[in-house]
Amino acid sequence: MAMPKNFGFGEEEQMLRDAARRFFEDRLPTDKLHKLVGEDPQPAKGPQCFWEPALWNEMVALGWTGLAVPERAGGIGMGCVAVAALAEEAGRAALPSPLIPTLQATYLLAACGSESADAALSRIAEGSAMTLALTNRQGAWGGAASDVRVSDGRLSGTAWYVQDAAKVEAYLVRAMDGDSEKLYLVEKGAAGVTLAGDAIVDLTRDQARLNLEQADAVELSDNAASIIAAAEPALFTILAADMCGAAEWQLQTTVEYAKVRQQFERQIGFFQAIKHPLVNFMMEIDIARSHTYNAACSIDCAEPGAAVAAHMAKSAASDMAAFGSGRSVQFHGGIGFTWECYVHIYFKRQNHNLRLMGDGPYHRDRLASITLGSEAA
Amino acid sequence: MSEAARKDTAEQAEFREYCREWLDKNAPPPAPVRLPLSAIEIMTTDQLDYMQAWQKSAYDAGLVGCDYPVECGGGGRTDCQRVANEEMQRAGTPIFPNIIGLGMAAPTVFFHAQEPLKQALLPKLLSGEEIWCQGFSEPGSGSDLASVQTFAERKGDKWVINGHKVWTSLAHFATWMIILVRTDKAHKYEGLSYFVVPIKAALGKGVTVRPLIKMTAETGFNEVLFDNLEIDDSMRLDEVGKGWDVAMTTLAHERGAGKLVTPAAGGRRDANEQAGFIGGLTSLAKDSFRNGRRAIDDPVMRDRLMQMMIREQGFGLNQKRMRVPALNDHPMRIALQFKLAISELAQDASELALDLEGAASSLYLGDENAPAGGKWALSYMNSFGHTIAAGTSEVQRNILGERVLGLPKTK
Repeated sequence: MAMPKNFGFGEEEQMLRDAARRFFEDRLPTDKLHKLVGEDPQPAKGPQCFWEPALWNEMVALGWTGLAVPERAGGIGMGCVAVAALAEEAGRAALPSPLIPTLQATYLLAACGSESADAALSRIAEGSAMTLALTNRQGAWGGAASDVRVSDGRLSGTAWYVQDAAKVEAYLVRAMDGDSEKLYLVEKGAAGVTLAGDAIVDLTRDQARLNLEQADAVELSDNAASIIAAAEPALFTILAADMCGAAEWQLQTTVEYAKVRQQFERQIGFFQAIKHPLVNFMMEIDIARSHTYNAACSIDCAEPGAAVAAHMAKSAASDMAAFGSGRSVQFHGGIGFTWECYVHIYFKRQNHNLRLMGDGPYHRDRLASITLGSEAA
Repeated sequence: MSEAARKDTAEQAEFREYCREWLDKNAPPPAPVRLPLSAIEIMTTDQLDYMQAWQKSAYDAGLVGCDYPVECGGGGRTDCQRVANEEMQRAGTPIFPNIIGLGMAAPTVFFHAQEPLKQALLPKLLSGEEIWCQGFSEPGSGSDLASVQTFAERKGDKWVINGHKVWTSLAHFATWMIILVRTDKAHKYEGLSYFVVPIKAALGKGVTVRPLIKMTAETGFNEVLFDNLEIDDSMRLDEVGKGWDVAMTTLAHERGAGKLVTPAAGGRRDANEQAGFIGGLTSLAKDSFRNGRRAIDDPVMRDRLMQMMIREQGFGLNQKRMRVPALNDHPMRIALQFKLAISELAQDASELALDLEGAASSLYLGDENAPAGGKWALSYMNSFGHTIAAGTSEVQRNILGERVLGLPKTK
């Protein structure tokens, strides 16, 4: 299928994006976000989970959870370009919610094609939040064994680094059945399922270990590796889009501060030591954003280059987020280093996302394997 | 149907078909001489003759100046130059020699000259029969362009020009020069006016062109001295004192942010060259060795190659996204990055190539063992011409910071 000139970003996608932007500006302005997630600063407070379930219910009512759910499973069936646009707005708002993992779960389930997976997709379309529990203790979500094992159809072991684990209803768990890698759906409240929350830096999500002991599970696929490989481009692209949106907030917020803050009888934005790095940040955002929409469009067009495009998007977005987050704090000066200044919320979210599912060098390593071939020993 | 053709208007679709047929039959044969990497590096008349013949045949076929009116020597079409450019690039044709004329002089003359002057100048500009150069920079005026001191004094219907322009690419071949001069010493910006000057006709009669040798040891640009050169007032563009506004039209087009699309043919230089930087760099990495193994098996070099690929493809994708208004919050944001991004990309690609070559990067033009004939050493040095000329990278960052981000202005 030929790639459209506009990345497939048409009127419907624009309406969705504009509606999402207005919704977040209205319902979750940054001062309200700061009250929600930053009310009580304590360095070693342990696991925390700040979010507004009422806001989530409104998003469900708007149909956003079912955005990418195929119509056969009761969803809207829009493309990854629409999902990227929504994820970008969620990032711009630094939204604490299970929206991002649920959108990711949609792609994993859609790749399964099984009846059980389609049933889970229908639940998502109706508003159930789900997240991925694929990662082992070493941080690998594929290519290395899971720390969860299957025995008589029941799961035991631990899935690590589960995103927004406390907010969701169910988990997509990667588990080893002997040597074969399978994918299961596990319900939050089921017997033998416990969450051990992680104390994390990012205030806009929660994270946990999912501990399973003889837990009930529904098999989604008996070939997790190929399902994950098929869904990976979308998983990476959604994270890249989130980072692009958050970065644009960081850029515009820092630019505004550079126009207001005066030192040496001038606005600091006059100085090229401030101005030029902000331009560099803008240019890095633009490269990452173009890669992100190209990757989303490649996924929608079922292009064989979708994996390459998604590795490029996540790599560009991760490096951009690292650079821009540092500048956003640095250019706010002393106030930027304090809890009361909002930039730390985005700094933390970006630092989380830029390493989540692989940082820039990780994705370039995989990209090189595809485009240059494997390294000779 | 190609991706580019999907949203063509009826006129564009028909024209695209025509371009393809013409290029199939008429794409020029490989050059008998080593072609320069860009038109501003043309050194010899052999190179110029080959490139001029190509531009003339493309012009005669209607592939150059498509969007200019017929009475100005153009094709009278609507938004078709982009189509011709896409097809010429697809066909891998050579580049055009009259780059200053096509990219800067033509739109400036078109938007600011009186009708008779437009009709007199544009046909031979578009055909490449008359080469153009640009008289902006001076020894004392580089990044601060509005400080130019070359002075034009009014004498009735004539102007008398005295002064000194530098870094003037193509002046040694040029028939015409666009020139920014001072006509009023009391006002910096409002004291500027803009003319076209028939420099070839005035050689030895008020105009001296002297070649400057670049750091590459090549020639290609010049200094141009004006000693009581008298020109007619009909050579003036726009009002006296409006030179800065006219110069902004020139610079907008130079930066790829103007209203008219510049005719641009493909980047074919020699038969073996691959498209883009990453193809050439990857081949080089396969043929180069570091510490006993191929450079393409070196993890650091692989990472740098992938960084370059991501930047290069990101640059191309930015040009695609720029044309989707809904994905651009600021209409000039990507357009104004063009010159800065491409010049720094080229510089960093050349530098990576030299790193891949390792010891062999020391070898230069004329050495039988130099990889690719010393091309990367040459292009690395030449790349500084592009990050300095036409507004240095530092000036470009000021422009982006001020016009797009709205940060406080330097001037």
